[in-house]
Amino acid sequence: MSMQTVSATVECPECFGEVELVDVMQNEIVQCPECGADLEVVSIDPVKLELAPEEEEDWGE
Amino acid sequence: MMKVGILYSRVRAEEKLLFDAFQRRGVDFDLLDDRALIFEISGGNGYAARYDQYDVIFERCISHGRALYSLRMLNDRGIPTVNTARVADICGNKLQTTSALAAAGVPSPRTLVAFTAESALEAIEDLGYPVVLKPAVGSWGRLLSKINDREAAEAILEHKEVLGTYHHSIFYIQEYIDKPGRDIRAFVVGGETICAIYRDSPHWITNTARGGKASVCPVTPELNELCVRAAQAVGGGVVAIDVLEDPDRGLLVNEVNYTMEFRNSVMPTGVDIPGRMVDFALRVAKEGWAAANGWDEEVERAVSRVTLAGE
Repeated sequence: MSMQTVSATVECPECFGEVELVDVMQNEIVQCPECGADLEVVSIDPVKLELAPEEEEDWGE
Repeated sequence: MMKVGILYSRVRAEEKLLFDAFQRRGVDFDLLDDRALIFEISGGNGYAARYDQYDVIFERCISHGRALYSLRMLNDRGIPTVNTARVADICGNKLQTTSALAAAGVPSPRTLVAFTAESALEAIEDLGYPVVLKPAVGSWGRLLSKINDREAAEAILEHKEVLGTYHHSIFYIQEYIDKPGRDIRAFVVGGETICAIYRDSPHWITNTARGGKASVCPVTPELNELCVRAAQAVGGGVVAIDVLEDPDRGLLVNEVNYTMEFRNSVMPTGVDIPGRMVDFALRVAKEGWAAANGWDEEVERAVSRVTLAGE
């Protein structure tokens, strides 16, 4: 499959700061440079960020 | 034409490197988001048939529960996966990992298990302070306790019993290894230790997820042999082995990780870890699990003797 990526500047859903995205994929995890929240790229057309899921007890390697 | 499914939870640096490695090899693949999956386990070809199209499914879930159950259902349907449900079952649980390592004669830290706070305290006192108390399931150094004296032991055991789920009353108690400010993480792919790093940290928890610094560690014949044996003990595949250097006993295998993170290890080692992982998966698709691991019939028989809860 082809990996579609996108670049854009969007608003952080947590602090409303600006998050600059460069070549991100759907479901990629990025961090807000202003508030440090983990964000997930939930859609790339249009580009949309949501807070990434909270870490759960069985998460890891 | 080969078709690969990649089972994942979130796209991290590791997943992007793996996607890139599949693309460079011209392999067609689909992304399977574990949040959207539905499996049908009661036979039939409705949902289950969704997965039959894949020659191999590469598992990159972040949740042990989702990974283990997905792999179990896929393997029971005859779909090859990397890693297998067996590997996930053993490695996703420290108790089962240590038990499998001990059964295979792989040196590891002294470990006691108890099921009540009273017996756990007795085990801790027997082992001698300091000890390390770990949840059987968990990663990234979460909820590890280094216990230095009896008062701390009593407090932590009471908290775990009262505040935790039943999992937290399965007390996995390990001797504390006075390692030299670092441990070793070795990457085993298909029966070969392809590279290793030292994880240096002033803190006793050395995970790079917790700030441990990575530098290259030479793969000596001794380290290779130990890690290959450890990988075989848990069922083979693509695994990251955490090794402690004990001042008296030498190398001890501490943990084995089956959905390994490697973003901090490619640069210091200069080894194309994602490329090697992908090549292994393609070999599993073409030749099967035993051949991809380089096992002959005797090794395969020995590996399959490790039994699991519920089997």
